[in-house]
Formats: sequence, structure tokens, C-alpha cells
Amino acid sequence: MVELKVKTEMDVDRGLCNYCGACVGMCPTDAIFMDDTVIEIHEDKCIKCGFCVVGCPTAAITAEWFHAKL
Amino acid sequence: MQNYDVLVIGAGPGGSSAARFSARKGLKTLMIEKRPDIGSPVRCGEGVSRAWMSDYGVKPNSHWISDEVKGARIYGPSERRPITLTAENAGNEVGFVIERDKFDKEMAALAAEEGSDVWVKSPALSVIKEDGKIAGARVRHNGQMVDIHAKMVIAADGFESEFGRWAGLKSVILAKNDIISCIEYRMIGVDSDVDYTDFYLGSVAPAGYIWVFPKGEKEANVGIGVTISAMKDRWDVRNYLDNWIKKHPGYAKGRTIQQITGGVSVSKVRDKFTLPGLLLVGDAARLIDPITGGGIANAYVSGSYAADVAKQAIEANDFSQEMMNKYEKLVKNKFQRKHLRNWIAKEKLGQLSDENLDKLVDIISEVKMTEISVEEILKAIQAKYPEMVKELEELI
Repeated sequence: MVELKVKTEMDVDRGLCNYCGACVGMCPTDAIFMDDTVIEIHEDKCIKCGFCVVGCPTAAITAEWFHAKL
Repeated sequence: MQNYDVLVIGAGPGGSSAARFSARKGLKTLMIEKRPDIGSPVRCGEGVSRAWMSDYGVKPNSHWISDEVKGARIYGPSERRPITLTAENAGNEVGFVIERDKFDKEMAALAAEEGSDVWVKSPALSVIKEDGKIAGARVRHNGQMVDIHAKMVIAADGFESEFGRWAGLKSVILAKNDIISCIEYRMIGVDSDVDYTDFYLGSVAPAGYIWVFPKGEKEANVGIGVTISAMKDRWDVRNYLDNWIKKHPGYAKGRTIQQITGGVSVSKVRDKFTLPGLLLVGDAARLIDPITGGGIANAYVSGSYAADVAKQAIEANDFSQEMMNKYEKLVKNKFQRKHLRNWIAKEKLGQLSDENLDKLVDIISEVKMTEISVEEILKAIQAKYPEMVKELEELI
């Protein structure tokens, strides 16, 4: 059996982020903090559901594991 | 520390309504807005219906109206013949394309005129709980932490709906099929029709739609909303919109002067959107219409209901869940039935093939209806394509 090694952290491309808060509202675990031009994803709360990865309108949030899942 | 009767969190239309009507009832009211500039950045397609405005003392003003439309057109995937909704057959859904930042400022001004205090650049950071109820918020104001104690807190913090969750309301968490991701370009140099807002359904925007809202001659908001359960790749939403624009020369020649993004909920009315001392209004309470994605009118209406119940609670010094349920009951009586029906319709429409969507649009565009409603539409389908009714019968 091949074990896929994937990075588990979420990455935010701040060059793409519009700071609109869409990810904050769709996050089921309240893991995303946003304040004006600050965005932080709290890994301890994140359950890797991928909502924000597909849901971010500007495609600013990436996660290697998400592509492994597809 | 400061004391208020009512603390309103968020200065969008829902918050400004709650603050306006609370202050009008003589309650000492503070409305806080996290952004430095009320209404900005815009996160909205900027279409708004007009039917509710006169009931709530909102006077249409050219200052915030970009364009007054005669109606809306809904195109199927083939774009061959649209359904045309006008004031005659769908009165309350017809209205204006607005400058949303100016509109929000005017709504806040109406609250201030009634005596509500307004603080900008003042985010709520945490919930204050006392004696088993929500009793205010810790707020950052002018760089200082200020504890605002309030008898009632009305959370109007929009799609993010964070304050409710911090206070312990889990019911505002959304399922994947009830979340819409939106991106919109404000475009200039386009061939817009100032008389109509246009909607495009089908695989161009899976389980969502593309909209073109005219802002004036040669200018329009061209946007898309897609359900996130229908997306596979993180670039999907933008790609769908860009592909549609490319295929429409009247828009492809335009230039984008503003990019607007945001999230929208398209859920049923939640079971619970209050806690002792806390009422959620508007988008925060997930009161957006699941079919249209429109939320301004519903936010304004729910804000006035919240002010009614806040007044009752403060007068009776009763902040129990039973008292808060009065607000939930008002909201549910107003929206629950309609939103349930529209939610089911949304789910069904999202599953239809392009071919069936075209059939549906053809039927409706052919039928003369004095009042276009979901029920009327379904009757028309039943008459022409009884086999399609099977797919849609839950709605009838």
C-alpha cells in the first residue's frame, strides 16, 4: 500500500485574498480569524473539510491534502 | 465600561434597522461597525427590491440608486428566450441597482437620526456573559478595549455570523449545499440594458446563477454565485464567470474597475437564532432568500422585529429564552414557509440538466401569468411536461 504523504497545513495566498470574510462564514468550526487585512487559519480547530478551499471566491486558500483527496 | 439598553453589532441594513427602531422606542442604543467605513468594501450584487421600503420608512434616493429597472429577465442555458418578470407579474422582486456603500451609510444615518450612537472601526472581540445571559461585548474602539454592557445584544454581523457562534449558537453553521461563493466584476464599456436585471441559469453556474445588473449606460455588475458543493477546484467560481464573459462580446469588451467577492447562505430558516439576551438578524440569522440570494429586505424587516422584542424584554426585565422566542416566532411567521419552498426549489433546480432547464424556461416564458410565483410555474409545467413534474412534485 502506498501511503500518500501530504502537507496538512492550510496556506493562504495573501496576494489573492480579498479579505471578504466568505471563508469565515462558511467554516463550520470557526477556525478562521479575519480582521481588515489579517487572515489566520487556526490549525488546531481546522477539520480539513475543504469548504474554504473551494469556497474562497478568489482561490486564495490552498491545501495539498485537498488535492490528494480529489 | 459603558452601559446601553441595546448593543447592535454590525452596521449593515439589518443592524441599522435594529438600531433605528430600538432608538425610536426610546432605548439607549449603540451600533458598532468593525470597518472604518460603513458599507465599504461592498460585498453585494447591489440589486434590491423596492416593495418593503415604504413600509419601513426608507425613501428611494437618487444618491444611492444607480439604476431603476423595469424588470428582471431569466435566461436558460440556451439563452433563446428569457422569462421576463415585471412589476405587473412579480411586483415585489423588481427594484433598483444601488450603490451599496452609499445605501448602507444612509441606513446608518436613519439610525443615528433616531438617536442611536454609532461607532466605526470598532470590532466586537468577545462575548460578555452575566447571570446566564448574553450581557454585552468587549469592543476595540479607538485602540482601547471597552466593555459594553447591554441589556440586549442584536448581532447583525452578516454572513460570517461570528458573534452568535462565540455566544454558543451552533445552528448558524451551514451545510455545503447551502453555501454560495460569489465573485463579481463592476465593468465599464459594456452593452448593458438599463431596463433589466438579467439572470443566467444552468451549467454556466452550477447550482447557482450568473447575474448582470446594470449600473447605468455602459456599466454593469457582472457576477456569479455557485454552490460550493458543485465545485471541484478552487478556481472554479472565477473560471465559470470568466468563461461566460468571454462568450458574450457585449461584456468581453468591457474593463473591470472593481472586484467584489463574498459568501451567501441559501439555507432554510434555522430552528434557533437567539439566546437569552441575544437576537441574530439578517444574514447572521441566515435569512437570505434561498432562491434569489437577496438579503437586504429580509435583514431590514428582521431588524425591526428584533427592536420590537428588545423593547418588550427590557420593559418586562425578562431576558429568558421564552421572551427571545417571540422574536423567532415573528421571523418564522414571516419567512419560514417561503424559504422552505424556495430552498426545495433551489435544490431541485440545481439538479436539472441544461436541457430540462431550457424546457422549464420555455414553458414559463410562454405562459401568461398575472402573478409569477413558484406555484404558478409548477402548474404550467404540469400542463406541458407532466414527466418533469415527478422531479418537482414536492414543491406543488
